[in-house]
Order: sequence, then structure tokens, then C-alpha cells
Amino acid sequence: MHMPLEDTLGRNLLAANQHRADHNRAHFDAWKLLCLNVMSSPGAGKTSLLERTITALSPELAMAVLEGDMTTELDAERLAAVGVPVVPITTGRACHLDAAMVSGGLTLLQQQLDPAALDLLWVENVGNLVCPAEFEVGEHLKVALLSVTEGDDKPLKYPVMFREADCVLITKIDLLPYVPVDVSRIEAHVRAVNPRAEVFRVSAGTGQGMGEWHRWLLATVREHAACQPPALVNA
Amino acid sequence: MHEVDMTRCLLLSLEEWKQEHHPHVPCVQTVHLQVGTFTCVEPAALVFTYGAAVQGSWLDGSELRIETVPLRARCLACGSDYSPEPAVAYQSPCCHHPMEEILSGRELRIRSIDYTSPAVPADRVSILSA
Repeated sequence: MHMPLEDTLGRNLLAANQHRADHNRAHFDAWKLLCLNVMSSPGAGKTSLLERTITALSPELAMAVLEGDMTTELDAERLAAVGVPVVPITTGRACHLDAAMVSGGLTLLQQQLDPAALDLLWVENVGNLVCPAEFEVGEHLKVALLSVTEGDDKPLKYPVMFREADCVLITKIDLLPYVPVDVSRIEAHVRAVNPRAEVFRVSAGTGQGMGEWHRWLLATVREHAACQPPALVNA
Repeated sequence: MHEVDMTRCLLLSLEEWKQEHHPHVPCVQTVHLQVGTFTCVEPAALVFTYGAAVQGSWLDGSELRIETVPLRARCLACGSDYSPEPAVAYQSPCCHHPMEEILSGRELRIRSIDYTSPAVPADRVSILSA
């Protein structure tokens, strides 16, 4: 019994995850929302960024968060406090979210609200610069954070994450006077592995640079919505 | 150790392959992977976790063989190909252009599977992709 050649040709090692991710994305597209996968090492400031950004943009965008965390729901509680619907996804042993976990989170989200009413869905991944880069969850864009306190060599040491990112946020720039790091070197290292990424320098603590990031985000959400085909009307 | 999750996902992908094409359980001898060096996978760790994960399953006794694919990129300034130096320099040595086009090194691919089908037990069927 011979199998046709194309049966195994190019099948991805992570094909099973990819199929589930594509399925999630088909839902996002049907709901006409933009999904962002937010990734960084632990403590780079993902949750602080989301608190500030969601607060700033909530008058203009309807948003929700799927919050990945290994053991606790502390981050989900912080985000719920800014008034956004949050579904915590506790990953336990796994150091990243995968498409099946996000699919489970979506089912829970649908019990809270109609996702078609959302403009933007945030997926806050587990803090880790390695494997989240390889496990797609169905997002349209990947956002990677790197705080200035982590050092300028991280884009070179964890290049896959920064290569895969569509947008890189250099965070905690209010700490630059206190740390021996050259922010332009961080940016140069990001650009060396990924010249196409949008790069912003921000501080969620002081708000510095956040306006530019928010303008880009608003434009991206609107551009995405405009590109979606019109809804199918049931006869 | 994310190779555990990688292995779990590989087993799910193999399970999908089995279900799509086989009413009977194929007897797999070897799974051949191509793994690029510009991925988050450590081949030795993947082989180790695979051996542990398949015990008692339909893949018990099968072997995972990994071909490593080096990172190669093309300088878009002058068009020449080069090998970036991992963790040191990714821009082209010729023109110092950023690593824009990756030619190889991102592979995470099941290249082929050596197996025998219970329908024709005498044959050892090897499926090789081009």
C-alpha cells in the first residue's frame, strides 16, 4: 500500500496545532475582530502595558483579553479591574499557550459576551521568550515586548521571537537613566533579525511613547476591519 | 523544557496522519524530521522526549531521526547568500544588511515516515518527499 508523495511532503511538525490555530483565526475573521498575541519574558511588562493601553483605548474600541498564566489568576484580576472582559487560561506545566487552550478560552468568552461585538482580542501569552514564538494560536499579529532592564543582547539570544514579531515594544524606557543599556542598540539588534517589525519605545508607567503605539494600534485595527469581507446576510 | 510540548504536538500530527490515511494502524519504524537551526527546538531533547512519549502507544518502538538544516539567508543589498552567526550577527557580512530573507533554517518538518502497513505486511513502504 503506497501513500501518495504529497501526504507527508512538508507536513509541519506542529501541524496539529496549526490546524487548530487556523480554526481559531476563521472564528476571529467571522467575528471581524483583530487578535493580537502578546509575548515577552516574565516581568517585561505585558500586563502593565495592557492595563494602560486598554484604559486609553476603551472609549474607542471594544476589547477582551484571554490571559495565559502558568499557575495563578493574578494578571487576570488586574486586567478585570480596568473593566475589560477577561478569561484566565491557566496553563499549568506548559510554558506557552497553544491553539487548543485558546480555543477553550474562546468557548468561555462566548459565555460572557458576543465576540462579534469586539474590535480587538488580546491574547496575553505566558512569560517566555522561547516557545510561544513557535506555537501559533490563531492571532493576526504577534507583539513582542522587551524591557530595557533585560539588556540589549536579547534579540540576538532569542532571535526567533523577535523575528516572528510584527511589532516590538521596548518597554520601561523611563528606567533608562538608571540602567547601563543603550536603547538604540536594542533597536539595532531587533532590526538585524527583523527589519520589517514596527518598533516603539514605551513606558506604561509614565505613559512616555504610548501615544504613538496607540495610534498605530488604532490604525491597524481599523485597517483590519476594513479589509474583512462584508458579513453574510442570512436569507 | 518545551520539547515535551513539541513532542506532544508531533504525536498529535502523526495521529492526524494515521487517521486520515489508515483504517488500520500502520507499524512505524522511523519518523524523519527536518529541524532548522533557527527554531526553538533542540534536536537531542526532542529525540529523548519522543522515546519516552511513545512508550505503550502505537508508535512504540519507532525511532525519531532528525536532519538539522542550517540557517542561510540572502543579502537583499547584493543578492549573495550567507550563513548568519547565531546569537552574534544576523546581518550580512558583505553589506551589513539586516537578515531580511531567510532561505533555510526555519524548518520544523516531518519529511518522511518509514512504515509497514498491516494490509501488506511483507512490504516495507518508505515514503520520501521530493
